Amino acid sequence: MPLLDVRNLCVEFKTADGLFKAVDGVDVQVDVGDVLAIVGESGSGKSVSMLAVMGLLPWTANVTADAIVFDGVDFTTAGAKQRRSIIGRDVSMIFQEPMTSLNPCFTVGFQIGEALKTHLALSRSERRKRSIELLEQVGLPEPERRLRAFPHQLSGGMSQRVMIAMAIACKPKLLIADEPTTALDVTIQAQILELLLELQNDTGMALVLITHDMGVVAETAQRVSVQYAGQKVEEQCVQDLFVDAHHPYTHALLAALPERATTRTLPSIPGVVPGQFDRPQGCLFSPRCAFADAQCQSAQPLVQSESLGFARCHYPLLDGKPLQASEVRK
Amino acid sequence: MLGFILRRLGTFIPTFIGVSIVSFLFIRLLPGDPILLMAGERGMSDDRYAQLMTQFGFDKPLLTQYWDYLNGLIRGDLGLSFKTKRPVWDEFFALFPATLELSLCAIAFAIGLGIPAGIVAAVNRGKWPDQALMSTALVGYSMPIFWWALLLIIFFSGTLGWTPVSGRISLMFFFPTDTGFMLIDSFRSGQAGALASAVEHLILPTIVLGTIPLAVIARQTRSAMLEVLSEDYVRTAKAKGLSPLRVNGVHALRNAMIPVITVIGLSVGTLMAGAILTETIFSWPGIGKWMVEGIGSRDYTAVQGGLLMIAVIVMVVNLVVDLLYGLINPKIRQR
Ligand SMILES: Nc1ncnc2c1ncn2[C@@H]1O[C@H](COP(=O)(O)OP(=O)(O)O)[C@@H](O)[C@H]1O
Ligand SMILES: [Mg+2]
Repeated sequence: MPLLDVRNLCVEFKTADGLFKAVDGVDVQVDVGDVLAIVGESGSGKSVSMLAVMGLLPWTANVTADAIVFDGVDFTTAGAKQRRSIIGRDVSMIFQEPMTSLNPCFTVGFQIGEALKTHLALSRSERRKRSIELLEQVGLPEPERRLRAFPHQLSGGMSQRVMIAMAIACKPKLLIADEPTTALDVTIQAQILELLLELQNDTGMALVLITHDMGVVAETAQRVSVQYAGQKVEEQCVQDLFVDAHHPYTHALLAALPERATTRTLPSIPGVVPGQFDRPQGCLFSPRCAFADAQCQSAQPLVQSESLGFARCHYPLLDGKPLQASEVRK
Repeated sequence: MLGFILRRLGTFIPTFIGVSIVSFLFIRLLPGDPILLMAGERGMSDDRYAQLMTQFGFDKPLLTQYWDYLNGLIRGDLGLSFKTKRPVWDEFFALFPATLELSLCAIAFAIGLGIPAGIVAAVNRGKWPDQALMSTALVGYSMPIFWWALLLIIFFSGTLGWTPVSGRISLMFFFPTDTGFMLIDSFRSGQAGALASAVEHLILPTIVLGTIPLAVIARQTRSAMLEVLSEDYVRTAKAKGLSPLRVNGVHALRNAMIPVITVIGLSVGTLMAGAILTETIFSWPGIGKWMVEGIGSRDYTAVQGGLLMIAVIVMVVNLVVDLLYGLINPKIRQR
């Protein structure tokens, strides 16, 4: 049984212009100790789907799912209190903007200690000892002094390290990292990523890494889930995905990698992710897809078999060439 | 920090001079002659009138009179009250504890109810608790103090007979008023029922005086909380699995406090204005009632001195509020 098992997750936002479906029937499975990367352009619902799992979406969001089971507890039926006892202890999350994710009014020590107090009921001195330990673990020098620091005295990289320390304080079974390096300097990005993988390796926790960087995926993940416009369009283990992507979107993402470029200019996928008002009727990727035909424009594709990477496509690719309708029927 | 305080005290000087001019002119612009008012029905001879005019210095040009007044102020001398012939300074501080006690109770009432109400409204934005609380706040804000006081008196003192209508304590009690704060003095007197009587007398004036600040604080808390609730660090607090009470009451509220503290500071001015009406309605022997009587008898020195003192108090409170900002949000302390 997977550690996290999300089935048919949908999130709708109430906006001034009606409902907007930001996440549409996403499945996520993460095994104990697994590293899953979720990739996709911005706006494809990566953050929203994970925030929905954590129960952190604002009141304008309406979350539905067949199941959100974490470690045997189904969040769709569990009470708020039971859910709170798990969130922050067994599953925790770090965010894209470390500088604004820490509370400016409280010291680092207070904010780390809070998780320890709430979930583990540690005494003041135990909390201090553990906080120092955690700051050392995430590679912050002079941990005693850092405990007294306020967030505005920290750089972005340091803030993200503090966020990580907070997230792993109660030794979670799963850490969700939502583009943890996007807001940081390039030199710091690699350090933070390395730290996360090191912690994952040392503690054996599972890791969900949201990113839009295929390069990062190749170096870190075991499995990759590709999201597009709120839907999961493909999922494969990382080696297979890089060798043979089955969805044209994944294919295009990989072709856009600088090291795979065949022309002098960097290739890119023309167009943008459809938003609330420009949703195509058929396949959501069809307006940008090199292989789309009339069928793609009129009918929503079904999910293909596991051997085709669960690709949500009428004509999934095999070795870079679309299969014809007669060949794909399961 | 010290430099900041000194700079702020520096800005006090022009404000102080401005207020002294306005208060000096305000009472003199009112029609009515203080000396004739003093003489009353009997009237007085022209000689005696001229003599009094010279004695009080009213025969001198206005500018000279102001100059004399300012010279006194620099030495901390507010002059003598026309009516009682006692130093305005002494009169003011004899009555000030009564006003301070009432104001503190009113502001405590306003903060104690206003902040929780604002939080509840913000957390339930758009739902019925929000709508109920905010429409109540709007009514409270628009209620004329006089009218509100009369309604409360009619209902609680008249119909229900629960609370007294005037004064600070029942006439049954006699004890030394060392501190001037009735709650403290009555408690120290050890007389049975004295403290209860003091509390009873405070209830209605506190509600009346505190209602407008209560409404203002509730609305400001709500809007500040709404802004803060969508911040990333509030989401982080939720991600830790903290209870809603802790997320809203600690993580969000602390950040929302800056604008709330600002309106609390500003409402001290409103409170002083409200105290004048409230004290008059409830015969509360404080600065407000004293000033109204001073205006009635054209007691120039008492009124101008009282106005000036109130202005200074408001300025000092706002300085203290500015210092509080740094305590609440360490980021501000740095600048
Ligand atoms: N609070 C919200 N209200 C309305 N729409 C939202 C909200 N949060 C996110 N969205 C929309 O949901 C879509 C998915 O967003 P997100 O999950 O943040 O994308 P990403 O894959 O870049 O993380 C976007 O179109 C975004 O505009
Ligand atoms: Mg995102």
